[in-house]
Amino acid sequence: MSGLGEFTTLFRRSRAGRARSRPKRNEWAAYLFLAPWIVGILGVTILPILASLYLSFTDYRLTRRRPPQFIGFENYARMFGDSNWWDSVWVTVRYVVFGVPLQLAVALGLALLLDRGLRGLAFYRSVFYLPSLLGGSVAVAILWRQVFGYEGLFNDFLEVKLNLFGLTLPSLAEIFGFERFSWIGRADTALWMIILLHVWTFGSPMIIFLAGLRQIPSMYYEAAAVDGAGRWRQFRSITLPLLSPIIFFNLVLQTIGAFQSFTQAYIISGGTGGPGTSTLFYGLYLYRQGFQSYQMGYASAMAWMLLLTIAVVTALFFATSRFWVFYED
Amino acid sequence: MTTETLVRPPVAPAARPRARWTWLRIRWRSVFKHAMLILLAASMIYPLIWMLASSFKPTETIFREIGLIPSDPTIVNYTDGWSAFTVPFSRFLWNSVFIAFGSILGNLISCSLAAYAFARMRFRGRGILFSIMLLTLMLPYQVVVVPQYIVFRQLDWINTPWPLIVPKFLAVDAFFVFLMVQFIRGLPRELDEAARIDGAGHFRTYLQIILPLMTPALATTAIFTFVWTWNDFFAQLIYLPALENKTVATALNMFIDASSTSNYGAMFAMSVVSLIPLFFIFLFGQRWLIRGIATTGIK
Repeated sequence: MSGLGEFTTLFRRSRAGRARSRPKRNEWAAYLFLAPWIVGILGVTILPILASLYLSFTDYRLTRRRPPQFIGFENYARMFGDSNWWDSVWVTVRYVVFGVPLQLAVALGLALLLDRGLRGLAFYRSVFYLPSLLGGSVAVAILWRQVFGYEGLFNDFLEVKLNLFGLTLPSLAEIFGFERFSWIGRADTALWMIILLHVWTFGSPMIIFLAGLRQIPSMYYEAAAVDGAGRWRQFRSITLPLLSPIIFFNLVLQTIGAFQSFTQAYIISGGTGGPGTSTLFYGLYLYRQGFQSYQMGYASAMAWMLLLTIAVVTALFFATSRFWVFYED
Repeated sequence: MTTETLVRPPVAPAARPRARWTWLRIRWRSVFKHAMLILLAASMIYPLIWMLASSFKPTETIFREIGLIPSDPTIVNYTDGWSAFTVPFSRFLWNSVFIAFGSILGNLISCSLAAYAFARMRFRGRGILFSIMLLTLMLPYQVVVVPQYIVFRQLDWINTPWPLIVPKFLAVDAFFVFLMVQFIRGLPRELDEAARIDGAGHFRTYLQIILPLMTPALATTAIFTFVWTWNDFFAQLIYLPALENKTVATALNMFIDASSTSNYGAMFAMSVVSLIPLFFIFLFGQRWLIRGIATTGIK
């Protein structure tokens, strides 16, 4: 888990920033090795960030043959008056707030279940990991669209009547009393199906948690057991604190990723963000403004808002981390 | 890292006569646990199996037939899907493969060079540059894509694979640089020093000592790069709009756009085709994926 330390120190006291004073003989050689990376960081990352900052203050439409017109904060002002923009913020916030913790909770729960010397660990780990590998693909989003559609597998499942030795059990649909409907075609359920797809891919954080659990020395548990701590107490006082840096780290990265999600919402809603604006993710709305209406200025302003939001959220995570993340120093 | 198992000592049996009952209880709990896990695993995987099964059913029966086994198996969906557009599906596969392998080559070369410098060389500004590299991991793609798109359009690179491949030769995937730095740091420095004494410069050391030793990290990089470019949709959507340049991902999307015809069978069949490479990676490359996830802590 050496990766974790790197990140936490980056923000806590910038260990990487500590300059080492040693003779620099082959400095030019180092820059030669780094040449592709330096070109990339300047040309493909830093300059574009600055360019999009500039563009965010302009009216720039690729369809018109006219250079960007400087309009000050107009794009930002427009954003706050744009009800679709607010909808996309609201959709994305709900996705992040529910999807990310849910997925991590499931991942952690299963990691704990699998950790205790369970037979068949490798098998379960593989099976649970498969959705993570496929989950980002268009094919799985297409599958999701069908499974939770009107004629989909999920509705069929709800209507299954189990027949046990001549005794017919009522179907789930009958018990809860609802008519068949399209789960992705209704505004109040569509987003939840995309959240479910995110939770479905809990396999990769689960693997990270499993690796983290391995690092906890078993003598801690033995000592706690001797002192009469039960399973729950052991979890609260040993597992959770020692795992908290990993949980924290995953929470930060998954949150950053979730703010940007695009593919699943695009495919499942057929590119519309519908029904209504119920799955109009921020990334999807940005795509439509930038690459369908070619309003590059407005899209850049949206992108910068996203960057600022992610920066603020990440900073908040790190600021609060000292209250709940436990570092063994 | 993932192979070592810490065996926790079993709970000491309390009293003799109760030992048998405790054993039975533990046994029963483990059976219950396995049953729940298998149920969960099956319900997670079922939709995938359903898609595979449906791809062999005639479209009219996909949503009628409840059972998995097709009563009337057919490969007509595959032939239909293959030629659903004026360009055969093999063209989309080839486009995706070309981009994926170009990206792999780019990442392997550029990321390992950068990683070697960060892990093994001393130079001014290393700490700051390394921090910048880590920060780019948190950068949303949206904030760079608009200017990139404008520039690539100026270069007349729309409808070419270059906007997708060229950045990979510039080590823009910080994740892999980070992964490799971690790996190289774990290699004994004595090897470098021995090479230096034998008169090898940095490039020789990189090429003949470090690179061969870091094949596990290279394999992880190659596999992740493949999966990510294969699954990538956004960049392929904006940079490759013309039909003959479409990739597997964006070609599948056309099945949805054209869903008025609703040829679900063909759509499922081509979806299955698109998942085959990922499935092979799952079968044979899992070790590298799991190691990569577990050692960096990043998906």
